[in-house]
Amino acid sequence: MAYVKAGVGVSHVPAIGVAMDTGITEQPYWQPVFAGFEKSRQWMKDNKPDVIFLVYNDHCTAFSAEVIPTFALGCAAEFQPADEGWGPRTVPIVKGHQKLASHIAQSVILDEFDLTIMNKMDVDHGLTVPLSVMFGEVEDEWPCPVVPLAVNVVQYPPPTGNRCYNLGKAIRRAIDSYDEDINVMIFGTGGMSHQLQAQRAGLINPEFDKRFLDLLTEDPVAGSQISHLEYMRDAGSEGIELVMWHVMRGALNEKVEEVHRHYHVPASNTAVGHVILENR
Amino acid sequence: MAKEYDDIPGTFVFDADRSREGYHLNMFCISLRLAENRAAFAADAEGYMGKYPMTDEQRQAVRDRAWNGMLELGGNIYYTAKLAANDGITFQELAATMSGMESEEYREMMVNGGRSIEGNRYKNEWENK
Repeated sequence: MAYVKAGVGVSHVPAIGVAMDTGITEQPYWQPVFAGFEKSRQWMKDNKPDVIFLVYNDHCTAFSAEVIPTFALGCAAEFQPADEGWGPRTVPIVKGHQKLASHIAQSVILDEFDLTIMNKMDVDHGLTVPLSVMFGEVEDEWPCPVVPLAVNVVQYPPPTGNRCYNLGKAIRRAIDSYDEDINVMIFGTGGMSHQLQAQRAGLINPEFDKRFLDLLTEDPVAGSQISHLEYMRDAGSEGIELVMWHVMRGALNEKVEEVHRHYHVPASNTAVGHVILENR
Repeated sequence: MAKEYDDIPGTFVFDADRSREGYHLNMFCISLRLAENRAAFAADAEGYMGKYPMTDEQRQAVRDRAWNGMLELGGNIYYTAKLAANDGITFQELAATMSGMESEEYREMMVNGGRSIEGNRYKNEWENK
């Protein structure tokens, strides 16, 4: 049967992708951002997943204001890196895992989470930047297929932390009942504290971020109860993206060990946060 | 209707009301994701905007590049950022402009840890500024 051994939480700042794509990661501004992922890239090699289940948000790329699904599961054979207005990233096409994705869709919907099923979807930096930072430079293809779950965090309200956490549990039940012996790694992406808009743009709150990361490992139920108002007030209007990390956490065991943490300010307008959690 | 997040300073929460009001403005902005539409907008800005039934206020905000004004009129930052990208403005320059800072000053603030949360949680903390 399929199994879950570990989860990864990681920010998705577009400028991180640009820094990698233009080869400036050794510059003093970027060096500390990427230094914190060196251990992660080794860990990815040592714990190579067969499939990544990647929880992320689209930035009005696949979904415009016309259609705003709260949870959309990528069931396509492949996902094209999108042109976000400055040309598509020069990264490989993301291959899906259709059998696992359709199994998860069926299982999770019967578990009362009403997902939208995407049989065609372009993916933006929200999905490809987390892959890039964790795998490093790749040549012709990504090391493994990906099942993407796009979560609306653009239009208020996103799903609650509690809903995300429970969806994670349903996804875990689906993976545990999949009849193939594969290692499925869960990514929760976005965050950490940041605000990209209006007069309060540039807001960063390291105390909030630290508390969030501590709760994620030690008391995920308490973490999942953080209110939308608290995210927006204390972590910035875009900091609310952190709800996506609760889907990842919900899919892990109740007890996990944090084997790696990286936190750095800034990458562009954002606090970069990253953890690796292993099931215990 | 009053909302529990109305007292967060310097922030326009893109909720269902703003989404409804800003729909055509946002659809106009997102269209600029594609090169052919940017070319059409560059060739005839008024004509291109005319394809989107925005309000006069929204149209004027676009002409003025009133970045906070667009947000107040229902624009969302991920959409208006496409208009900024069309103008050759980076996200960080846009953030600086919206917060009333020079780009260099804003960048410096970010390198030094960003805008502090202290004094920036509630509107009443801004009243005496």
